[in-house]
Amino acid sequence: MKKGKLTFDDESCKGCELCISFCPVHILSLDKDRINSSGYNLISVSDIDKCIACAFCAVICPDSVIKVEVFEHE
Amino acid sequence: MIKYERTHGLTDVHTHYCPGCTHGMLHKLVGEVLEELGILGKTIGLASVGCSVFSYEYINTDFQQVPHGRACATATGIKRILPDRIVFTYQGDGDLASIGIAETIHAANRGENITVIMANNATYGMTGGQMAPTTLIGQKTTTSQDGRTFAQHGNPMKVSEIFSQIDGAAYVERTSMHDIANIKKTKKAITKAFTYQMENRGFTLIEVISTCPVNWGMKPREALDWSKEHMLPIFPLGVYKDVMKP
Amino acid sequence: MSKVLMKGNEAIVRAAIAAGLDAFFGYPITPQNEIPEYMSKLMKENGRIFVQAESEVAAINMVYGAAGAGARVMTSSSSVGIALKQEGISYIAGSELPCVIVSVMRAGPGLGGIQPSQADYFQATRGGGNGDYRVVVLAPESIQETVDLMKQAFDIADLYRNPVMVLADGLIGQMMESVDLDKPIKKRHIEPKTYATTGTDYHEGRNIINSLGLDPVYLEQHNFALERKYKEIIKHEVQYEMINMEHAEYVIVAYGTVARIARSAIQALTDMNIHVGLIRPISLWPYPKKAFDLIPKTCKGILVVEMSLGQMLDDVLISNKGRHKVAFYGRAGGMVPEPEEIVEAILHFDEKVVD
Repeated sequence: MKKGKLTFDDESCKGCELCISFCPVHILSLDKDRINSSGYNLISVSDIDKCIACAFCAVICPDSVIKVEVFEHE
Repeated sequence: MIKYERTHGLTDVHTHYCPGCTHGMLHKLVGEVLEELGILGKTIGLASVGCSVFSYEYINTDFQQVPHGRACATATGIKRILPDRIVFTYQGDGDLASIGIAETIHAANRGENITVIMANNATYGMTGGQMAPTTLIGQKTTTSQDGRTFAQHGNPMKVSEIFSQIDGAAYVERTSMHDIANIKKTKKAITKAFTYQMENRGFTLIEVISTCPVNWGMKPREALDWSKEHMLPIFPLGVYKDVMKP
Repeated sequence: MSKVLMKGNEAIVRAAIAAGLDAFFGYPITPQNEIPEYMSKLMKENGRIFVQAESEVAAINMVYGAAGAGARVMTSSSSVGIALKQEGISYIAGSELPCVIVSVMRAGPGLGGIQPSQADYFQATRGGGNGDYRVVVLAPESIQETVDLMKQAFDIADLYRNPVMVLADGLIGQMMESVDLDKPIKKRHIEPKTYATTGTDYHEGRNIINSLGLDPVYLEQHNFALERKYKEIIKHEVQYEMINMEHAEYVIVAYGTVARIARSAIQALTDMNIHVGLIRPISLWPYPKKAFDLIPKTCKGILVVEMSLGQMLDDVLISNKGRHKVAFYGRAGGMVPEPEEIVEAILHFDEKVVD
């Protein structure tokens, strides 16, 4: 079963929330407690184990914030 | 194994685009295609005038920033001098279809081997949301404050349809950015356009239905949904010209 | 080398090709149609680029692209068409690219007429494009000089990375004279065009041709750099001719075709024992201001003669610095003055004084 690992380039994020909206397993949310140096709220992952490495978040992201790695999980 | 990461077709510069603006996705796609086709190092881009004026900062090729509407004329000058390089323009709906319509039509008519990427978001974004040739009937903009009417402004201009009638156009397709599947179709269309240029087949144009969240007064996801619901019926997606399939 | 009898417009084409023209982008307009016509034939024969653009606007933008890609490139037009090119010229100057623009002046304003005129002096030297930029303007009086200045224009453009205009009028474009196309010009050392957008595989780094500078701190520095360049051009590129200045009672200032007519007038005046000199600016920008310091103190006045209502007149008033009386005689609408009219103007100098 495929599992995903997500890495965020926080400084590039503009808090547009498109990744949140397109994630089919709804594990992304806006973190109201964190901002980058541009003042945008950042994204947090609620449960990475649920990530299916579809990369929809990375594809929709206008700012190439998310790097998606996939690995097989027994 | 890496499934998705930032393409080398983009520079490291953070874009100035509004959060959720489709320029970001479209720049990414252009960068990815140029990288995957192995032509980044022999490509020259033309940055037009609009929000995307700074595309020269973001897409990782040589660039010329050109006067409003004139990108296809400037591209002609470059391509005639350097016919073995890849030349593309990145233009908005105002730049291409309003002030630039003559230069764009004539470059297509001459069959110039260039690729035109058009971001159609039915508005003049950079200058604050004025009416554009592709603004929808009833759409309120800062210069059509009661909504565009046919009587006063005419109907929205159908760019892909117009260019499908020009002999020198080799490939014309209209795509959209409103969901993952359509973003992937847009990437395929852009790949086809650049491939046709590499094969010297003629003028290629990809019209990409885009959004302008800030000037439309919507959040990014709302804007993508609005573009699907309201723009696609007026600007149907599909291949309008393919010289390989007459 | 041997001389050939050529029409001015055709000589312009031959000179440009001799200077290594890579691409010509133009559009039909009278009285320079022979230029794109002859270019369409010769550029093809020489394996170079010719495009008849859809407008003068498109043509100057094609010039911009090709210049940015490292080519020797030119366009040509007349008055009305040059008006359309102003945006492009400003961009080319602001982006620091070389190009040659030939303007064969006709009468205006608006559609005007197709007969010769000099009423685009302001358009050429002051420019209708936006911003602080200058265009080097060279004004020949003969077809040989047209050929020489055309060849120089490409070198000056490359050397300073700036547009250069060769300003002729309909007479020069249409008349025929004998010309030596092989006459050599001064050799200049020109740096390779490392700024050209040829693709990142072909040079160091990433090349961007751009005139945008939203940060005023940056843009002011860029403007100051342009200013330093223009000062260099002013220092090194002034060209003019002075004749008959010793004991000159009057001095005529005229350029191009009118200077030739003035020479005939000066001969007639000499026969009447009236000594009249001529300052003939060849570079209209940079203007030969210092030539005016050489006018003898005893000179009774300067007569400016133009085929216009008085445009170079302003530069003469500036260069004169109030030292001598300045008079003006002009024809307009495509009318060309006869030598006798200039003689009369000298004889009735005081009636023509403007300052």
